[in-house]
Amino acid sequence: MPKPGRVSKKILQHELVPEHRVLTLEEAAEVLRKLGVRPWNLPMISINDPIVRILKAKPGDIIEIRRRSPTAGESIVYRIVVPY
Amino acid sequence: MIIEDNKRNLDSVLKAAEELLPRNLYEELVNKLNEVPNLTKNEKIEIVEETVRDFIAHMIQPGEPVGTIAAQSIGEPGTQMTLRTFHYAGLIEFDVTLGLPRLIEIVDAKREPSTPMMIIYLDERYKYDGEKAKEIARRLEYTMMENILDSINYIIGDRTLTITLDKDMMEDKGATTQMVLDALKRLKLGEFEIDEENPYVINVTLSEKVLPDEYLYDIKTYTNIVDKVKRAYLKGIKGIRRAIIRKDSRTGEYIIYTDGSNLEEVIRIRGIDYRKVRTNNIHEIARVLGIEAARNAIIEQIIDVLSNSGLDVDIRHIMLVADIMTWTGKIRQIGRLGVVGDKTSVLAKAAYEVTTKNLFEAAASGAIEEFMGVTESIIAGLEPPTGTGTIVTGVARSLIRKLNEVKEVNEFEFEHRERA
Repeated sequence: MPKPGRVSKKILQHELVPEHRVLTLEEAAEVLRKLGVRPWNLPMISINDPIVRILKAKPGDIIEIRRRSPTAGESIVYRIVVPY
Repeated sequence: MIIEDNKRNLDSVLKAAEELLPRNLYEELVNKLNEVPNLTKNEKIEIVEETVRDFIAHMIQPGEPVGTIAAQSIGEPGTQMTLRTFHYAGLIEFDVTLGLPRLIEIVDAKREPSTPMMIIYLDERYKYDGEKAKEIARRLEYTMMENILDSINYIIGDRTLTITLDKDMMEDKGATTQMVLDALKRLKLGEFEIDEENPYVINVTLSEKVLPDEYLYDIKTYTNIVDKVKRAYLKGIKGIRRAIIRKDSRTGEYIIYTDGSNLEEVIRIRGIDYRKVRTNNIHEIARVLGIEAARNAIIEQIIDVLSNSGLDVDIRHIMLVADIMTWTGKIRQIGRLGVVGDKTSVLAKAAYEVTTKNLFEAAASGAIEEFMGVTESIIAGLEPPTGTGTIVTGVARSLIRKLNEVKEVNEFEFEHRERA
């Protein structure tokens, strides 16, 4: 693991990295209602993930990811931040 | 169908379509609608509706065993792959594992690929500059003193070390005498100077600290010092064994291919395009760029391997594999230590690999089999929860209670009638 201070914002511009965004509480509740799932049913993302560290998200936050998909053009997926 | 309204208008129909359709399909639809001339408004609405209807009809059904379909779709063409390790297409200089061994490596989520490599693109300024590309490639290559040495000589009991450098190797690796002197300074061996007659010979006088008097005639101490000198760092990035420049015949830009991989360090080198750096070490990508980048890398590399063998597998199957591998935020292998091992069912795990161990452990810990998955249901002869099997009929508890009440009333009446 790179040390916290060493995560460079450069990586956000890398081709492989899609756009990440932390949802507000209201948005998160709306997303969960729309999908009809519980937070722990979502795919996870580690708190140690370099992108999560740049976003300064906390465990329990839901992250919206806009993937560039070759089949759908763009697809939006959600991941929940887990503390491990 | 989308909007049940007699006064349908194109805007609201399109708006509904935008929500339902994936973005590039929607964009294509709008473009086509604008392109084709002489369409009436109603015709346009019909076209949009038909598109949406068709799209919904082709969506995957709930309960469809997509995992099994993906496994078959990748597995069948996989049988046609060669087991041989191949050279990378167009690169004769070093081996890169391709074909089935590489595919297995990816889905097994090996910590280190057997042949780590990187593809490094240069940034705008140096893209077409062969000289600059060479310079950057040289800066990448990990070079130790050992790589440019001709010989190290010493006479036991004399305290002097004569280091002879290989001129050709130095030029090839792009190392300078100054680098060597700096390296020696860092080693703190003692006084050193360049030989007056030959600029490629350096004489080192070992200090008292490195070679104490009582060890003056000890060969082992000398060998240790020589090893230390050999391993001294000169330049480059750790893990990058070799860097090769290739000119892309189509675009004419220079691309650096490296043997060995170190994404963390390479991304910080100036002059390279850090947005496009690629490595085949997926764990490294997950560590440096995050789990989503790793997912993309898995997809990219599986497709790369398959298309190199001339196989065409639908990307959706590969996306599913990558999604499952990155589900927990860490990279899991498809196998006993990853995806299958994380299953809760004892029988499903035992059916995969190491049957007895799984069963013993389950018995020892008193595990409970819930029969919620496909594998264990098949073993027990139950209806597997897939396809139509996902639908379960049940009765609400409140309804049962109500039925019982009715029954009680009936019995009460019955008793009364009997008594009467």
